[in-house]
Formats: sequence, structure tokens, C-alpha cells
Amino acid sequence: MNRVPSFALRVAVAAIILCSGVSRIAAQRPGPAPGQAVAPPPAASAAAKAPDADDNPFAAQPAPPLPPGMTGSDANDPRYKLTPGLYDAGETSLGIKHLLLLKKPDSFQLGVTDPADPKVQKLLGQLGIGGGMKLPKELQLVIAELAFSNSDLAFEGNHLFLGNFYGVNIYDIANPAQAALVTSMVCPGGQGDVSVYKNLLFMSVEMPNGRLDCGTQGFPPEPPPAAGHEKERRKPAAQAERFRGVRIFDITDIKNPKQMAAVQTCRGSHTHTLVVDPNDKDNVYIYVSGTSFVRQPEELAGCSDEAPDKDPNTALFRIEVIKVPVAAPQEAKVVASPRVFIDPRTGALNGLSNGGSHGKNDEETKPSDSNQCHDITVYSALGLAAGACSGNGILLDIKDPVHPKRLDAVNDPNYSYWHSASFSNDGTKVVFTDEWGGGLGARCRPNDPSKWGADAIFHLHDDKLTFASYYKLPAAQSDTENCVAHNGSLIPVPGRDIEVQAWYQGGVSVMDFSDAANPKEIAYFDRGPIDSKMLVLGGEWSAYWYNGNIYGSEIARGLDIFELTPTQFLTQNEIDAAKTVRVDVLNVQNQQKLEWPAQLVVAKAYVDQLERSQALPAERITALRTAIQNAEASHMNKGKVAKLSGMAPSLEESASAAKSPADAKRLHALAEILKHPSA
Amino acid sequence: MEEEVSLGFPRKPQLCPSMVAVVLCGTLLAASTAAGLGFCAARRAQQTDPATAPVVVQPGAPGKPSKTLPPSTKGTLPARSPADVEFMQGMIMHHAQAVEMTALIASHTDNKDLRMLGAKISSSQSDEIKFMQRWLAARGEEVSMAMPGMSDMDASGKPMALMPGMLTPEQMEALRNAKGAEFDHLFLTGMIQHHNGALIMVKDLFNAAGAGQDADIFNFATDADNTQRAEIKIMQAMLEKNASKEK
Repeated sequence: MNRVPSFALRVAVAAIILCSGVSRIAAQRPGPAPGQAVAPPPAASAAAKAPDADDNPFAAQPAPPLPPGMTGSDANDPRYKLTPGLYDAGETSLGIKHLLLLKKPDSFQLGVTDPADPKVQKLLGQLGIGGGMKLPKELQLVIAELAFSNSDLAFEGNHLFLGNFYGVNIYDIANPAQAALVTSMVCPGGQGDVSVYKNLLFMSVEMPNGRLDCGTQGFPPEPPPAAGHEKERRKPAAQAERFRGVRIFDITDIKNPKQMAAVQTCRGSHTHTLVVDPNDKDNVYIYVSGTSFVRQPEELAGCSDEAPDKDPNTALFRIEVIKVPVAAPQEAKVVASPRVFIDPRTGALNGLSNGGSHGKNDEETKPSDSNQCHDITVYSALGLAAGACSGNGILLDIKDPVHPKRLDAVNDPNYSYWHSASFSNDGTKVVFTDEWGGGLGARCRPNDPSKWGADAIFHLHDDKLTFASYYKLPAAQSDTENCVAHNGSLIPVPGRDIEVQAWYQGGVSVMDFSDAANPKEIAYFDRGPIDSKMLVLGGEWSAYWYNGNIYGSEIARGLDIFELTPTQFLTQNEIDAAKTVRVDVLNVQNQQKLEWPAQLVVAKAYVDQLERSQALPAERITALRTAIQNAEASHMNKGKVAKLSGMAPSLEESASAAKSPADAKRLHALAEILKHPSA
Repeated sequence: MEEEVSLGFPRKPQLCPSMVAVVLCGTLLAASTAAGLGFCAARRAQQTDPATAPVVVQPGAPGKPSKTLPPSTKGTLPARSPADVEFMQGMIMHHAQAVEMTALIASHTDNKDLRMLGAKISSSQSDEIKFMQRWLAARGEEVSMAMPGMSDMDASGKPMALMPGMLTPEQMEALRNAKGAEFDHLFLTGMIQHHNGALIMVKDLFNAAGAGQDADIFNFATDADNTQRAEIKIMQAMLEKNASKEK
């Protein structure tokens, strides 16, 4: 390709400088008064989108008018108009206390801070900013953006593993309020999705700068062509040292992780999922989801990006399964490439499309083939996996983990990109997410439809998925905040289905989906945008509950640590009951069945819930609380405990007469605890 | 001075004391200067103790030992490839023609499906043009201002080749002169050709040594590839539907 002639270049530079002048004027225009409503009417928004504003590529983009029949997010929510800032943004929350932000270490930030750096000067000149000024942090972020983004989280014991496009940071979280960085492991390649199993750490790599040796230099560009040969297509440079796939590290010495294996795949690994087969103690498995380009066969033998009718061995339309011998991880290798999109009747590998299944018009199919999974969540206790696979949500039987078989597939006319999935603890529901706009865009503006970029909650019954409802962050966000549904985990509150979820710069939202048809927000935390005039990529990538706290991986700012606080929607007893569930390891996409001990604090949580749902009359609630308190105060005196046990039969009776199945389960579970309680 | 607010940056770099403290702590450069800053003081004892100070390590290739890097290590990125810049500049020109094509829809056809598709293509490609302009400007690279359909001259004075898949001036002229079903057909075949060209551009990008290593361009090109593949399928189905109607 030719470079644009130099005259055009000069015009372009002039235009940028001019544009920045335009935006300067725009910036001085007074904005709407705080609290004033929000979504400008379509006509006004069209007028505001004057040609000048259009020409400045840094100007924020207002949403187009809502499509007919759609509603948007709430612009009266306190989260809509928080003040901007990288480290001093306004914050607001409900039922969540922010304990700590650990900023990204210097080794994971761009080293350009010297204003004398010629690169900086050139950049500032082009942006119309006077010379000699220090480069604002924000601009560094714009330049670096994704290259140092934090990504997904995994946990083991007292250690938190924070993935990053540039490597992994390992934190000691023994005391969450005083968490501290232990190890920064430099090993670029994006997006750094992490899992951990015993002494092994797994990491996804998909980008072409990934190197077997974890080098940061990537690969050099071709030298300029010789004179007269500019137009010749040059031989693409396969690189034996390039790595795209799943890395395996030994973390026995947490301060000195050692790379044991690097399993190459054709499309690299965008995400991966650890699969532990309950019947196989010697191996673990990794499901690899690749979403990127297929590399050349010259670089990795057998890789093909042909259509399936042209090449039955195409690297599209499949996932990969890596088998990892736990005692010999260096022998890890791809053992299967399941064709999870196959049409079992015709054998076509591209057997799934994203046509609407619960839309109005079923015959109006959109024949875009799903050729990739973005993320897969396995629930080995149920022998099931839920895959979020670009145009479809799919359900897989994984009892034989090397050969997953598709049981069901769904699609959704409002879904743009099926991104992730999680099961309810009892396996009767699946929550999918739609990453409309890819996570880089502002998609929670007042005019962005509430059904787009949302969670979709499905019932799961007899291996069939049926749609129940959507849940989207109820608060509107500004047009400089990238925001869409993203990664979350269950909070182990007994008796309820509760998920904490990251929404990028929309913050953290805690959703109760016990009633699949009516999900409700019960807690949240949010910051203002990094910047108020242009979208600087940031926000929470993942928000997960681990042994009593919520951890958020903030793309630009660092690691956030939170705790829940009681509100009318969630009591202290319910929070304390959630804290009774302790796990040794957490890889959210390898979902484990939650079980609660027969402790009185769990009983108290159920009593609170029965009071909230009015499943029992007030006097019985009081009697239960008194009896529990007496047992506790007496240090589980036999007589007091016997009194508790004596209350179980009447609870069982109430269970069989309960108005809702949820209350019946709570009453039954409460009765079970009271029969054999512990303190 | 209002100058510094112009691009949405704060008036001054926001080096609040706590940030300074963190930087100082992290690099262990000046613990004494940091004394008195509460956060720093609290951390210092822990971090100056070699047993608990964080380490920066870089693993080696599989089976090779890892090395410890100095605490002052900063992040570095691969050199930007000329192929990245050319891809972005070329794709801006390429996208601009798609926007120009979709602008004809309103006056040239009543086909509802085509109008919906055109609106989607126009909106996403306009959005992406902005993204590409930002990418180039933020990196101090020039934004192509070449107009679609205008054949610029290359260094030797010959007309410069269009980006892959772009419609020739003759094809654009034919599209402008068509109405109704004929327009629909030319638009769909033209846009399929156009999108297939974008796929070639993405493939060429990733096949060029040292290219596509920037996280933003990697994500953008990957996403553009996925989106345009999907839209090609949609357009092929529309063509088939139109063909079966005419039978």
C-alpha cells in the first residue's frame, strides 16, 4: 500500500490542529445544569452533532435516538453524572464499601514520561497543545490504552492473579484491606486471561506480539522495500519464536514463576476455561476459545482459515481441548478440536446461525455463521458447560471432557455478541452476557436500548434453554464511559441467586436473579468517567466474589477491593452467611457447587429472607430469632439446641404450603439446619 | 489558561500527593522524601524489606529460567510498524466509500431490509472511521484525507491503486445511476466486493512482519473481520432472497 501524498498529510495535520481548536471552543460552552434531564430530544441531539464536532475524532459520541418501542437507562440515577478523573473521580455506591485501590505497578505502565522525548513533542504539537507541558497521564493512557489493560482474575489461597495484556500481577490478599503486590510477571501477548490449579498458572495469549520467551519487543517490521519493488507482495514472515495459545507456569515459588509449557493454537487463545474432570485425578483440561485471525500454515503447521466446505480441517468453527498432565505440565498438548457448531443431521461444520429464536419473526433468519466461542463456563458437578459463542449461546454435555457434545443452542434478536455465561448454583438458570460494541464503546447512554448489551437470563430445564428476561445496568452512563455487560460471579448468599458483575466504566452491579423473569439490582459501586470529554478506555473488566470480598480488575486504574454492607435488600446475616462459604481456589469459569455449613448464621439469613418475602407471620419470625439467639448466647446449650430442633417440623409443614418454590426451599433448608445446628 | 482543557485533559497533570507517594514507594527511590505521607509511610516498612518487597520477573521460554528485572522497570511496547499506519489510513479511505455508498440508499431504493442494513453499515463504519482517526492522531501519525473515488497519484505520477475491494469510479457511477431492484443488486454485490476487500486488508495486515502488535489495532482489525464476515453472509442471503423473488 502506498502512503498518502505529502500534501494530503499536511492537510491532515492542519485539520487535526484545527479540530482541536474547535473542541476547545466546544469545551467552553456551558453544559446542562446538574440534575437537569438528560437525553436530549432527537432533533436537539442532531443539532448538537454539528459538522465541527463531527470532525474531531476525540469528541464523545451521543447515542442515536432510541429505536421505536425501546427504553433506555435511568438518567436520574446518581451514577449518571459523577465527576471525572483518573484517580479522583467522583464515586457513589449502594451496599458496597470500597476498601482499596492498588494502582498498576510502574512496570505495567508506559515509560514515556519525559516531556523532552521527541515522540511526546511531536504528539503534543499535532494535538495543538503548547510545547513544554508535561504529558498528562490521560494521554499516556490513550496512547497505551489496551496494551497495559488489566483483564481477568483468578484466586488461590491468599493469592490473587490479575491478568493483563502485558503479563500477570500477583497480589497477597490474606488481609484484603491491606492487600499488597507480590510479583509482577512481565509476559505480553494479550489478553492475559488467567486460571490457576495447584502449582500451575495458565494464561491466554492471542496477539501477534506474543513471544515464547515472554519478550516485550514483539517482532520487527520488515525493512523498507528496495527501490522499484514497492508494490511487490512480500513473503509473509512466519516466526518460530511467536507464541499464540495457552502458557503454563509453575508458581511453586510465587516470586519466581517459571514457564513450563506454551501450547500453540491456530487462532491463539482469547479466553480459556479450566476443566477438572471429577474422574481424572492425573490430568486437567483447558478449553481454548480463539476469536482472532488464523495464523499462516508456515508458522504453525495445519492452520487453515478456509471455509469448511473448502477445507474440512479449517481452524474456524471449533474450540480446542488441551490435556495437561498435572505431574508433567511440560507434556501438555492439544488432544481434540471439537466441532461444537456442527449440524448433526447434515454434518456441516457451520451448523449454527444467529437468527432470532424468541423474536417475533422466526422465518426471518440471519444466516451469519457462528465460527467461534468467546468464553465457556463449565459446571462439572452437573456435567454441563454453557458457551457464549459469538452468534449463539450453547449448552454442552462435558461428561467426557475431551469430547463435549452440543445439547442445545439459542440465539436472540437483541444480542450482538454472545460473550460469557454463568449458571445459577442449582443449575436451573444460565445468565449470558452480550458484549455489544466489544467493550470499547459507550453503550449505557440514556438512549442505548436496555435490551442491547445486557444480560439475558435463561431457564435451564431438561438440557433446554428458554429465555426469561434481560438485565442491564439500570443507571445511565455518560458518552465517555465504555460500558456494557461483562464478567461476574455468584455471591454465595444462601436462598437467593445473586451475581456481582462488572460493567466496565459502568462500575460494579450486584443483581438478584432468584426470579428469572424479574432480576433486580441490590447493590452497586460506580466511579465517574476517566475523562469527561473523550472516551478513555477503563472500568471494571471482572468483578468476582472470593471468600468474603469483591475484587474488581480495573482496566486502567488497578485492582479494586470491596466489601458488602447491609441494606434493606441484603442483610448483615445474609452477608455473613455468604462468608461461610470458603474455597481454596476460584476460577470463575470453572463453576463449583456452593454448599453452606449447618451454622446458625446461615439459619439467620434464611429467617431474614422469610421475613422479607412474608412467607411466615411476624410472630414466628420473632420466635425463630429468639430461639436462635438463646442457643447462641448459651454456647449451644443442649436444651436450647433441642428447642431449635423442635421448630423444624413446623417449618417443614410451612414449606409444603409455601406460596413460592423459593420460599419452600428456604423453609426446608432452615429446618435442616435447625435439626443439627452448629454455632 | 483554557488551552489545556481543550482535549478534555485536566489543567494540570494530576499528580496528587498520594500518586507521588505510590510512585516513590513503588520505585523505592526516595523513601525519605516520602516520609510523612501516610500511605507511603505505612507501606514503606513492608516494601523496603527485601523479603516482602514486590518483584518484577520475566519468565524465559518453556523450560528456561526466569529472570528478575530491576524494580525501576517500565513497560515497553514493540515498535509501531509502517504496515499498521498504512492499514489505518487505507481503511479510513476504504470505509469512507462504504459510507458514500450507503448514503445513496435513501434516494435510490425503497427496500426496507436494505435500508436497515445500510443504516447499520453506515453507523458502524462512521464510528470506526473516528476510531481510526483517533488511533492515528494519538500516535502522532497523519490521518489520510484522500477522498474516496479520487485516484491520487503515486510517486511516479500514475494513478494510485484503490484499496482492495473498493469500487472503481465506473462501478460507483453505475450505482449512482441505478434505481430500485437494479440498485439493490449493484449495492449488495458492490458491498460484498467491498467487504471482501476489507478481509483481504486485515489478512495482509496480520501477514506483514511486525504488524498488528498494537493492542488497539489488533482488537479493531479482529473485530472488523468478524463483523464484516457476518455482514457478507447477511448480504449473500439478501441477494438469494431477491433472486428467488424474481423467478
